[in-house]
Amino acid sequence: MTKITNSLNNIWLLDDLAKKGTSIHKMHPLVKLVTTLVYLAAVISFGRYDIGRLLPYVFYPVVIIALAELPVVPVLKRVLLVEPFIIGIGILNPLFDNHTVMLGGVAISHGWVTFLSIFIKCGLTVVVSILLVATTGMDKLAAALRMLKLPKLFVLQLLLTYRYISVLIEEVFRMQRAYSLRAPGQKGIHISIWGSFAGQLILRTYERAQRVYQSMSLRGFTGEYNTGKIARIGLKDFAYIAGWSLFFITARIYDVPMLIGILFTGVINK
Amino acid sequence: MSHHKLEVRNLHFSYPDGHEAVKNISFLIHHGESVGIIGANGAGKSTLLMLLMGVLFPDAGEVLVGDVHVTKKTLPMIRQRLGMVFQDPDDQLFMTSVYDDVAFGPRNYKLDEAEVEDRVMKALELVGITHLKDRAPFKLSGGEKRAAAIATVLSMQPDVLIMDEPTSALDPKSRRRVMNLLKSFEHTKIITSHDLDMVFETCNRIIVINKGEIVADGITEEILTNAELLDNCGLEMPLSIQNCPVCGCSKR
Amino acid sequence: MHMADALISPAVGGIMLAATAGAAAYSIKKIQNDLDEKKIPLMGVMGAFVFAAQMINFSVPGTGSSGHLGGGMLLSVLLGPYAGFLTMASILLIQALFFGDGGLLAYGCNVFNLGFFTCFIAYPYIFKWFTRKGVNSKRIFTASMVSAVIGLQLGAFSVVIETLLSGKTELPFGTFLLLMQPIHLAIGIVEGLVTAAVVTFVWKARPEIIEKTAVGEAIGNISMKKVLAGLLIAVVVIGGGLSWFASSSPDGLEWSMFKTAGKTELEAQNRINEALSEIQSKTAFLPDYSFKANQDENSEKQAAQESTWPSINAGTSVSGITGGIMTLVLAVLTGLIISIFKRRKRKTAD
Repeated sequence: MTKITNSLNNIWLLDDLAKKGTSIHKMHPLVKLVTTLVYLAAVISFGRYDIGRLLPYVFYPVVIIALAELPVVPVLKRVLLVEPFIIGIGILNPLFDNHTVMLGGVAISHGWVTFLSIFIKCGLTVVVSILLVATTGMDKLAAALRMLKLPKLFVLQLLLTYRYISVLIEEVFRMQRAYSLRAPGQKGIHISIWGSFAGQLILRTYERAQRVYQSMSLRGFTGEYNTGKIARIGLKDFAYIAGWSLFFITARIYDVPMLIGILFTGVINK
Repeated sequence: MSHHKLEVRNLHFSYPDGHEAVKNISFLIHHGESVGIIGANGAGKSTLLMLLMGVLFPDAGEVLVGDVHVTKKTLPMIRQRLGMVFQDPDDQLFMTSVYDDVAFGPRNYKLDEAEVEDRVMKALELVGITHLKDRAPFKLSGGEKRAAAIATVLSMQPDVLIMDEPTSALDPKSRRRVMNLLKSFEHTKIITSHDLDMVFETCNRIIVINKGEIVADGITEEILTNAELLDNCGLEMPLSIQNCPVCGCSKR
Repeated sequence: MHMADALISPAVGGIMLAATAGAAAYSIKKIQNDLDEKKIPLMGVMGAFVFAAQMINFSVPGTGSSGHLGGGMLLSVLLGPYAGFLTMASILLIQALFFGDGGLLAYGCNVFNLGFFTCFIAYPYIFKWFTRKGVNSKRIFTASMVSAVIGLQLGAFSVVIETLLSGKTELPFGTFLLLMQPIHLAIGIVEGLVTAAVVTFVWKARPEIIEKTAVGEAIGNISMKKVLAGLLIAVVVIGGGLSWFASSSPDGLEWSMFKTAGKTELEAQNRINEALSEIQSKTAFLPDYSFKANQDENSEKQAAQESTWPSINAGTSVSGITGGIMTLVLAVLTGLIISIFKRRKRKTAD
């Protein structure tokens, strides 16, 4: 039950956040999408032993969260919900690679280094995906996908799925509540009614799809999806993507923390 | 304006399972009339609406909008002139923002974007929800959803508005708002409902359907005060004209 | 079994994205040829259904736990393979964007693992084979069961391959395989049972839904052969390319562009860099941190792998750790400063 309400709240929260009017929200959706993809490509192109070099990439989510005035806790909560899966796969690394390396006087196995690297990468990649939605919203993202020449049919279908998720989740929620009220103490749906429980919902979904189709065709839908005008990419947008990409690529080529560290320790040593 | 009339002649329709949902229905609705179609559950109201809109096609008889027959060929033209508001706004609001939803129809008719915007804003203004234009439909209240659903049809600038249960599942205040809205429209209106008090206030003519047939067609005041007729069709008099439940005295 | 971005390399992610785009483009073409615009809202709403149905707890008898529906198999049975695949693709995109379930660059991997194998392998070759002589409850059960299990096994195997080719974990092939396949056998059995139960129910209530899909969406022999041939060629080319990449750089198929750039690091024009390299050369105590470093005690290991130890190397670690901490502090400070600045601006605006 809580899982159901959680997912719904998450969608609603992100939808709300996307309606803000900060400078980040006003950026062109395509620019934000491409920037996110460049970021992701840069982060995941690092090898499995890289940790330090991933750290400059923390800048991007931090700056976006601050500029877009997003709440930190719910965004981080989402990341923590995804991490267990990564931990599940990553936690085995120390078992399989126990060559050790000296790190600041402490012996650490390669496995732990790999694990930490995956853990950080997971955090960074999940955070920026969520930030993309929280600063753009589904409708504008769909417009960006259209600009990338994704077929209209797919974009329309994607939007419809997004639209009806909350309707159907609420329906499932009501059904499960009605079920549990008459089946106290049961953890889930009993096997004898698996088929009818989900099947009833399918039949209703079919009927709804039919009504939706009718209401679409009554308003002139003939299989083609006509989008409105999509805003042009302005100078500001271009500067945004160029600036960030430059940063991501620089941090990919140069070991920024090491440069800072050398500068720092070098000064001390003198 | 004869081209605004809506005429139905000897309409018959049966579902594939053999159920005869509409039997020999005929009526003529003139420009500016507002007609309530009432009847018990399963009387054939929804089927009739589907036949009017050309979602279903009759086995016999015909539907005329103005002087045009409703056929597959004339559908695009017909559907611009008849606007239908569905019972469940969730079926009608299928886009991710109210604006895009209201713009869906005009865009399908390939209007240029400036004209689309003009129509969308006018429609939203008419139902009083311009401030909700960027909202996602799933974040609207029941009453707001209903208003948005009506706007999606108004933006098509139809001559005739067809509404299926426009006040169902609304709280009293929202219901009142929708009723006032309906009364303010100058369109020809066809409203099906079980909310007979609403029908009483918004319609000047009533068609009663029972088991697929028209059993009465006349002025609202006459039909909705005919307790025997209504009772025979699984209906009852509007509460507002029934005797007072506390003191029992008649209101009329 | 959603793949996360953190587990894949750009090459694997990119190739799988391309493969998914190809399969999706082909599916869209197929659906448009059918000229059935009714299907678009059906796909959209059914996508939402699967999304919601994934949250239903089906209690598994005798285990005390509950299983969930994946939905790939169900979608292809109800909508046909092409529409089913596209619907699965939408669901996975929304999950990646809103829930971080499976990354954006890993999106191709996920659509392939969860959509392709069920819709284009398990459905046409297994489900349709079992129901080729018409549909009845028993056949629906066997068909759903076998195809769901095989679809998931293929998907799980694909996860293993993608993860290993990406080289982000230390898991040996065999171990990972032994871990993934049995888990997904269990998941597949539940998936099969739920799919069978649901399909049987729908078939009994509205037989035309299942039968229409089965007839109307028959995959033409010729076109499927072409698809498979194309796929085979793609696999050979990609596989060959990948193994070449993998052998030249076992560490996650780094882009050669970055590698060459990495080697010329400090010869760069930047003045700060020159100053830095000067400091570096003077403070001989801090070793070169470039890719040349080679001090690892495990000299039996291939040089290539050791060369990927830049930031952990014992000597560089002091400056590495200092720099890392400072980078983080700097990042957080930047965020705080922006926030404070914004708050002040808002106050003056009020």
